[in-house]
Amino acid sequence: MEPVKRVRSKTVVIASSNIDTDQIIPARFLTTTTKDGLGRQLFADWRYRDGSPNPDFVLNKPEARGCRVLVAGRNFGCGSSREHAPWALLDYGFRAVISSEIADIFRGNSLKNGLLPIVVDEAAAHWLLEHPGADVDIDLEAARLTLPTGVVVPFPIEAFARHCLLNGVDELGYLRSKLELIERFEARFP
Amino acid sequence: MPTLFDKVWTAHEVAAETADTPAVLYIDLHLIHEVTSPQAFSMLKSSGLRVRRPDRTLATMDHSTPTSTEQIFGNVPIKVDAAAKQVLKLEQNAAEFGVELFGLRDARRGIVHVISPELGCTQPGMTIVCGDSHTSTHGAFGALAFGIGSTEVGHVFATQSLLQRKPKTFAVNVEGRLRPGVTAKDLILGIIGKIGVSGGTGHVLEYRGSTIRSLSMDERMTVCNMSIEAGARAGMIAPDDTTFAYLQGKPRAPKAADWDAALARWRTLATDPGAHFDASVDIDASTLEPMITYGTNPGMVLPIGAHIPDRAGDEVFDKALRYMGFHGGDAMLGKPVNVVFIGSCTNGRLADLQAAAHILKGRKVAPGVRLLIVPGSQEIKRAAEAAGYAEIFKAAGADWRESGCSMCLGMNGDTVGAGQYAVSTSNRNFEGRQGVGARTLLVSPFTAAASAVQGRIADPREML
Repeated sequence: MEPVKRVRSKTVVIASSNIDTDQIIPARFLTTTTKDGLGRQLFADWRYRDGSPNPDFVLNKPEARGCRVLVAGRNFGCGSSREHAPWALLDYGFRAVISSEIADIFRGNSLKNGLLPIVVDEAAAHWLLEHPGADVDIDLEAARLTLPTGVVVPFPIEAFARHCLLNGVDELGYLRSKLELIERFEARFP
Repeated sequence: MPTLFDKVWTAHEVAAETADTPAVLYIDLHLIHEVTSPQAFSMLKSSGLRVRRPDRTLATMDHSTPTSTEQIFGNVPIKVDAAAKQVLKLEQNAAEFGVELFGLRDARRGIVHVISPELGCTQPGMTIVCGDSHTSTHGAFGALAFGIGSTEVGHVFATQSLLQRKPKTFAVNVEGRLRPGVTAKDLILGIIGKIGVSGGTGHVLEYRGSTIRSLSMDERMTVCNMSIEAGARAGMIAPDDTTFAYLQGKPRAPKAADWDAALARWRTLATDPGAHFDASVDIDASTLEPMITYGTNPGMVLPIGAHIPDRAGDEVFDKALRYMGFHGGDAMLGKPVNVVFIGSCTNGRLADLQAAAHILKGRKVAPGVRLLIVPGSQEIKRAAEAAGYAEIFKAAGADWRESGCSMCLGMNGDTVGAGQYAVSTSNRNFEGRQGVGARTLLVSPFTAAASAVQGRIADPREML
C-alpha cells in the first residue's frame, strides 16, 4: 500500500445521514471477482438515471470534479460488510470521508485500503455539511483537520492503523510476524 | 467480573492490545461465500500463501446463486452470467486451497448463517467471522461472531487471526412475555427502533433477560442477526439448556466424552452477576406489537397499527418518505402490496416457515400479489416439505424455491420492480436493496404471510 500522510482537497457534500453500503455500491455490482473499476458504479442508483448521468446528483456537477474528500451525514457506511464500498470510493478518486459518525466495518475496511475515515465533532461536521467545496487539509500524522477558516479539528484514529497508513505498511505482514505466537496459542487450545 | 463477551474475547487473545497495537484475536471458524472471497483468494495467490487452517474454514454459495430448481439441479445454466463466474471461481478456489465446500448441488448447501448452526459448526464460546455483516447471527449460541471485509478474509486465511480493538459492551435487557402474534423479528425491530441504527456502533450487544431466555434458537438467531442493523459489531446471547438441546446430535457438534467436556466449558460462559456493561437499555417485551418499517433504514419502524410520523422540514426523513411514496400521517395498515418475500438469514429457518404456513393454510395469496418463499437451506427445504408446509405454500399460490439469499439483496435475479412495494422478512429496507427503485417493508413471517393473503399490509393477529 502507498503511504498516506496528507490529503488536501475541496470537499463534496452528500448530506444524508445513514448512507449505507448498498447506496455506495448496489449489490448487483458485487458479481465481480476483482477490485478494479468499481468507481464507475459508485453511488450508481443516485448517479445515473436510466443509464445516463443524473444532472441533479452532486458527483455529476462540474464543481465535484477532482474532489478527493467526501463529507457525509451521520453514520456513513452502515449496513453490509462489502469492501467493494471503499474500493469504489477509492477507484472513483476519493481519499477521505468525513462524517460525525462512521460505521464500524466500513471504517475498518477503509483503513485497510488507504481511504481515510475521519470522524469529527458535531460542530465541525455541521460546518462542513453547510460548506460544500471547502478547501480542507487532513494531516494524518498530527490527526488534525484544518478548515479554510483556520479552525483546527482533531480527529481520533487508531494508532496502529495510522502507523500502517503513514508508512505504507501492510497489516498482514505484521500479523504474519505473530505466527509463532499464533502457533503457540493453537498448541495450548487445539 | 467478566461478561460473556469478555470471556470469549479473553480466551481468544493471542496477544492483548496495547496503546500502539490492536489485539491479535484467534478465529475458531471462518465461513466464506462466493461474493466476498475471490479477492482474498487472489491475494493469497499473488503472495504465495496458503489457507493456513482449511479445517477451520467452511465454504458455501448463497448470495448470488439462483433459487430456481432448473438452474441448480436441471440443465438450465445459471442465468446471471457474473454469478455463474463467482460460483465457478469458488469451486476452483476451494479445490486449490483444500477448503471444504458445500457447493451448488450439495444437500447441505444454504445461506452460510443458516447452515453453520444446523450442522453444529457454530458452537458456544467460539470466535466466528465471515465476509458478511449478518455473521452476528451466530452470537445466538454465545459465540463472538462478526462480519469482516475481504482484506480481513485474507488475513484469516493466512493466519487464522485478526487484528482487533476490543469493542465496548452493551446490555439489552428484555423482560415481559411477547403477546400472541408478536415474534422475535418484532422484538429486534422494536429494539432497533429504540436504540437507533447507529445506537450500537463500537459495541457488542448482549441480549439478556427472561424474554430472551424463553426464545427458541431460531428466534434467538433472528434477534442476533439484526444486531448489525443497530450498528453493533456483534450480538450475543449466553448459551443455556435451549442452546445445548439444539446442538446435541448435530452432525458436527462434539460427541460422547467431548460433548460432556464441551458442555462443562459452555456452562461457564454466561456473564457473571454484577458484571459491568458500558451501556444498557431496558425493553418491555409485553407492550410490543407486530412491527413494520416505513422508511429506508431499519430504525424507521412502527407498530403495525400506527401512523407514520409527520416531520415536515426534516430533509432526510422527507427524502425517505418520498422514496417510499408515503406521507407523514399515513396509516400503515391497508397500504397496497405487490411482492411478499419470506426467507433470508433473518427469517428463513423452519420456525419462520411454520409461522408462514400457519397463516397460509387453507388461504390464497391475493390476486396480483407475488409471494416468494425461499428456505434458508436445503435441509430446511426438505424439513418444510416433510412437515407439509411446502404443500400449503404451493396451494396458496406461493412460489417455493431452492435455498439462498435471493430477494433479500436481489443479486441473483430475484428482484422487486421499481416502485413496487415488497413486504419482506429480510433485514434491510435500504433504497434499492431488493431491486432498483424497490420499496421494502420489513416485517415478521406472520405479517408477511397475512399481507400476502390480504393483498395489503395486514395485522396478522386477525388471522392467527
